[in-house]
Amino acid sequence: MSTATATHHQDDHHAEHPTGIMRWLTTTNHKDIGTMYLTFSLIMFLLGGLLILAVRAELFQPGMQVMQPEFFNQLIGVHALIMIFAALMPAATGFANWMLPLQLGAPDMALPRLNNWGFWLLPPAAILLLAPFVLALLGIGDGAVATGWTFYAPLSVQGGIGTDFAIFSVHLLGISSVMGSINVLVTIFNMRAPGMTLMKMPIFAWGWMITAFLLIATIPVLAGGVTMLLTDRHFGTHFFDAAGGGDPILFQHLFWFFGHPEVYIVLLPVWGLIPHILTTFSRKPTYGYKAQVYSFWAIGILSVVVWAHHFFTVGLPTPALLYFMYSTMSISLPLAVLFFCWIATMWRGSMTFETPMLFTVGWIILFGIGGLTGLVLADVAADAQYHHSYFVVAHFHYTLFAGGIMGIMAGVYYWLPKMTGHMYNEKLGKLHFWLTTIAFNVTFIPQFFLGLAGMPRRIPDYALQFSEFNMISTVGAFVLGLSQLIFVYNVIRTVRGGEKATDKVWESSVGLEWTLPSPPPYHSFSEQPVIK
Amino acid sequence: MDAQQRAAANRRLVWKLMGLVALAIAFAFALVPLYNVFCDLTGLNGKTESLPVEVQSTMKVDESRWVNVEFTSSVMPGLAWNFYPKESSMRVRPGEIMLALFEAKNMTNETVVGRAVPSVSPSQATFYFKKIECFCFQEQALKTGEVKEMPLRFYVSPDLPKDIGTITLSYAFYHVASATN
Repeated sequence: MSTATATHHQDDHHAEHPTGIMRWLTTTNHKDIGTMYLTFSLIMFLLGGLLILAVRAELFQPGMQVMQPEFFNQLIGVHALIMIFAALMPAATGFANWMLPLQLGAPDMALPRLNNWGFWLLPPAAILLLAPFVLALLGIGDGAVATGWTFYAPLSVQGGIGTDFAIFSVHLLGISSVMGSINVLVTIFNMRAPGMTLMKMPIFAWGWMITAFLLIATIPVLAGGVTMLLTDRHFGTHFFDAAGGGDPILFQHLFWFFGHPEVYIVLLPVWGLIPHILTTFSRKPTYGYKAQVYSFWAIGILSVVVWAHHFFTVGLPTPALLYFMYSTMSISLPLAVLFFCWIATMWRGSMTFETPMLFTVGWIILFGIGGLTGLVLADVAADAQYHHSYFVVAHFHYTLFAGGIMGIMAGVYYWLPKMTGHMYNEKLGKLHFWLTTIAFNVTFIPQFFLGLAGMPRRIPDYALQFSEFNMISTVGAFVLGLSQLIFVYNVIRTVRGGEKATDKVWESSVGLEWTLPSPPPYHSFSEQPVIK
Repeated sequence: MDAQQRAAANRRLVWKLMGLVALAIAFAFALVPLYNVFCDLTGLNGKTESLPVEVQSTMKVDESRWVNVEFTSSVMPGLAWNFYPKESSMRVRPGEIMLALFEAKNMTNETVVGRAVPSVSPSQATFYFKKIECFCFQEQALKTGEVKEMPLRFYVSPDLPKDIGTITLSYAFYHVASATN
């Protein structure tokens, strides 16, 4: 196979790219766009955190102290939408942009201009989501979407203009995700270096490939569902209105047909990057590469056929309950394969615990708790007790904060020296890890107990017997929130300067991205490397 | 692969993936009729038929057992009517044709049109609850202060599974339109 040059992109008459704001508005460079995605994600992560700290402040004590219940309802829904669509997903897309071309030996993403458009849809989407808060201050409308992130009908058919803003925001976010997915898939299928077969790809690319397929299959269903909601609200249709022959339960089916795969959309890129970190800091090859790839496929396929376990209590017939229970539980089998592979990669390795590795090991344990508590919820008989309780809240924060955000943070510490050319401050990184892990558990372990004791989620006030656990949880949440400022400081410090990173950065890092200088030049792999 | 070949290959793959996106959108909207067909076929959701059934002359009354039929009613927000069943439950023989009466009163000073939406539980009984005549087949209009007796003529099919002893029929009345007198 020849090593043909790939210097054909319109952005390749480079060297003099525009500076200042125009550089960022018009860039088609995968590294610039990756940086924008990651920066956007970090800003939204802090904003989403602020919203939920207001919620935790209200829940510090029983009774209403800080805000009105209506505002409380708006905060929880917007917190979730921001964290999922504007923090977690863009962070994963940012890594895809930065790292996929470097890992695959490609000069850039396959569709650079689409890439730019995909990113620049995100800020308007975030503004649409948040604008109703500001409009309410000006006396227009009654605030942001107050239905929770799930938009359940008929509540969402009745809500104020905040719901309409959120629907259009979801449309933009969806278009952006689908464009990003198409870009990732074309890059993976068409832009790999000569000799890199699919089964020789870095596992991060595999994780992203499944995520991209899931996004393409499910985001349109969400978009369709919220569009029906919009026409129900304003154009006299009755998709979800029983009076006109519609059915509110149909909305739950549409929403969770997207909503459950969404969990794996968020997690698969993380499952992809974790093995890279494990193999680097255990100084051993990845254990069970093939098993991991097949498990990704199994989980990806299973994830679209289990959605109804999110609403076991609406009155599904027994055969459906059984089917959704067993299919949901069967996901734990390929997931267990992944856990064994991660642990086996570390087994008898020469392990060292730099910050990325600390986050990864912490991630395995905490994500494991998230998975096991999910099995409890998948049990139909038990779910009748736990449904819509704080147990659910604690469970999905173990999967999405520990399993999602802590994994992303491991990736940030792992790749930041490569991206910036500077080493981050190891002491601050370790401090950040320990504070995050401890505060995270202080926040969410009490919520398991609250859920078991019967405290429902999404309420601004609660019975007196829940006071102590809520107090502990709020204290944990504030420590968790504040300790993220260490992370922000550390990242900014690393971007601006610091000890120079070597090309390999880590002692035994493996992969094409580590063959490039740190930071990699603006245009890399114009001459594609050949993989033997 | 040279630059042009790669660009062409990328374009082809993009169109294929756009096809997948189009399929997914079509699937989302196809779910609406599919969901209804699924519910009609299986009787899930307790949706009874919205057309009267013909009584078959061959049907025999099953004297060997009783079935309890319970009626509940609710008025949805936006409709200021009183609406209730005159009898809250009946003991019937499967196959026996029965008449149940509901009463509705318009509490507003407008003519109001409403529609009753039925639901049967347990949902396994949906297919066996047969309506010959029902006020829920049409929209109902009530003038200011008007009281109307609303009939439901039904039978429980003798094929009803033996393990179902009680059937609950629930009506929710929804607002359709109002007109000032």
